[in-house]
Amino acid sequence: MAQLTMVKALNLAMAEAMRADPNVLVLGQDVGQDEGVFRVTEGLLREFGPNRCIDTPLAEAAIIGAGIGLSFTGFLPICELQFDGFSFQAFHQIENHARRFRNRTRGRYPCPLVIRMPYGGGIRAIEHHSEAPEATYAHLVGLKVVMPSGPRNARALLRAAIHDPDPVIFFEPKALYRAFREEVPDEPETLPIGKGVIARRGRDVTLISYGAMLRTALEAAEELEDEHGIDAEVLDLLSIAPFDAALVNESVRKTGRAVVVHEAPRHCGFGGEIVARIVEDSLVYLEAPVKRVTGYDTIIPYFQNELTYLPDTGRIVQGTLETVRF
Amino acid sequence: MPRETLSIPCRVESLAVLAADGQLDKNLEPQVPDADLRKLYKTMRASRRLDERCLMLQRQGRMGTYGPSKGQEAASLGVAYGLNKGDWFVPAFRETAALLWRGWPMHTWMLFWGGYEAGNEVPPGVNDLPTCVPIASQCQYGMGIAWGCKLRGRGQVAAVFCGDGATSEGDFHEALNFAGVYNLPLVMVVQNNHWAISIPRHCQTAAQTIAQKAVAYGFDGLQVDGNDILAVIAGTREAVEKARTGGGPTLIEAVTYRLSMHTTADDPKKYRKDEEVKEWEPRDPLPRFRGYLKQKGLLDEKVEQVIDEEISAELDQAVRNYEAHRFDPLAFFEHMYAEMTPDLRAQQAELKAYLNRKKIETTEAQRHREEGENNESHRRPTAAR
Repeated sequence: MAQLTMVKALNLAMAEAMRADPNVLVLGQDVGQDEGVFRVTEGLLREFGPNRCIDTPLAEAAIIGAGIGLSFTGFLPICELQFDGFSFQAFHQIENHARRFRNRTRGRYPCPLVIRMPYGGGIRAIEHHSEAPEATYAHLVGLKVVMPSGPRNARALLRAAIHDPDPVIFFEPKALYRAFREEVPDEPETLPIGKGVIARRGRDVTLISYGAMLRTALEAAEELEDEHGIDAEVLDLLSIAPFDAALVNESVRKTGRAVVVHEAPRHCGFGGEIVARIVEDSLVYLEAPVKRVTGYDTIIPYFQNELTYLPDTGRIVQGTLETVRF
Repeated sequence: MPRETLSIPCRVESLAVLAADGQLDKNLEPQVPDADLRKLYKTMRASRRLDERCLMLQRQGRMGTYGPSKGQEAASLGVAYGLNKGDWFVPAFRETAALLWRGWPMHTWMLFWGGYEAGNEVPPGVNDLPTCVPIASQCQYGMGIAWGCKLRGRGQVAAVFCGDGATSEGDFHEALNFAGVYNLPLVMVVQNNHWAISIPRHCQTAAQTIAQKAVAYGFDGLQVDGNDILAVIAGTREAVEKARTGGGPTLIEAVTYRLSMHTTADDPKKYRKDEEVKEWEPRDPLPRFRGYLKQKGLLDEKVEQVIDEEISAELDQAVRNYEAHRFDPLAFFEHMYAEMTPDLRAQQAELKAYLNRKKIETTEAQRHREEGENNESHRRPTAAR
């Protein structure tokens, strides 16, 4: 067991996969000599050489397009995009090709590639470096969308993503890259994509979140207990496509109340899908309307004001109190 | 005759006027009035010192991640000098010197890297676009602007900037292809500073030059010594004149060097040798231009001192303006649409109420804490609800 940051845990998952299978490749801008702008690919060039840890020219669409083509020839590419904000320069390759090829070719050419990208705010970065576009990708059916929330589950989910037979968008919460360490077991560990977990058990209300906001939701749950005597259950979705609606509904049927937390804008955010599934499957169990605590329907403000935009424990507590006291 | 070498009607030339050692090619020397030469020098110097000040502010935690343009001042400034105020200027993010020439206040540049929306406020009187972060994407709207200039028929041109890394992006290719097809008044300037974060120029493209890429789009490419402001001015004048008179686009490759880091978030020692930087230092555009002005008798120690004092005062004022900048924390809801939607209005009100409540709670918690400290009975301050 080692205490690892998320950066180290992700690095470990890639190194393990590359050691175990020569078909696993890493490609992206600055992933080799510079070891990634966040150092997630540290040591991979040294250990696996420039044919398996590949510094590419500056072209997001080509990185994804190449990844798709490489996957057809039997490789398992891990494509790194430097920031979620630049993934849109590869959008047509993801939308038109990566997510469709299995279906278009009736299973002949699946795309078992992983697209890793840091997402979210909170690191005082300049514009286009702080967005949370997960709902955009979750809407592209055919893709799997994974949202780890800590070092241990990040490592286990990345391992699952690399070996997944379908294209996986792997959103790394950049605010958590070095925020804390966690025990990560020595033996490789896998978590199933599409399954969430109960991060904190509770009776009174269900807080549903993922990625960077999971920690904030957990802190809010502590405050709710300490200051208001409210026992909140916190769900960590871990994936939003596929989405573990069963876990959500089971919890909501128990508590009768739900609060959804994400940092992306509210309008057409993933919270909308969560609420819809609760309403469709568990309406009669609800004691109160479902609440969404999210980013606002704006461009995320530049970093001097980004914390005003990002949901904090205060807003989650307030939203939960409204739900509980309804 | 089934096989022959084609004669392609596009030229790729290389242009240098003032060498690193101060040697001047009189035949190629552009005519620039003395007052302009002095002003150009001052702008170049101001840009360098603005860079240094921003780096210092970043290191002191008074600014965010900063991307310096040290060593590249001539490459953007020479282009800006070749434009009229009414021409369009479309930067990437290392055109600091040019922006100062175009009239952008120093503190606006600081505000951008300091994390304030006000850093993208375009000053009145110029047709400039703000900084563009997604690499090469500006080539496309820059090309569209050039198209608009052509359709409007007022003789305006668009100068668009990107780096050597950007030439690998589809957007660069698509924009230049359109520019060729529609014969647009576009001056596309690639600041080839040899590094895209950690990727050297030779890993970016197998082509010998970036200028030659123009040939494939059906127009001329010109490689200029980007650290030689006279070459940049001469090359830009030609390209602008051609564009203004219906001759179409030009691709200018300004060969320069990123003397500093990509941004303060990276360490160049990881991926490039110090010796390479040392090789480029003598080619620095600033001392080269200083030497030229001294030779012409336009600069002496006294004039330099005056210039430096003026820049110091401007910089100090800029830092004061930057650090005095205040903003409304609710203003980010504005400018999402011409008219704020009902949802946005409601969300803004929701946030306003929340912030007010938080302010009251903080004040009350503070009061409780103080009272607690006074009567020593209070152990754990809790926010009043």
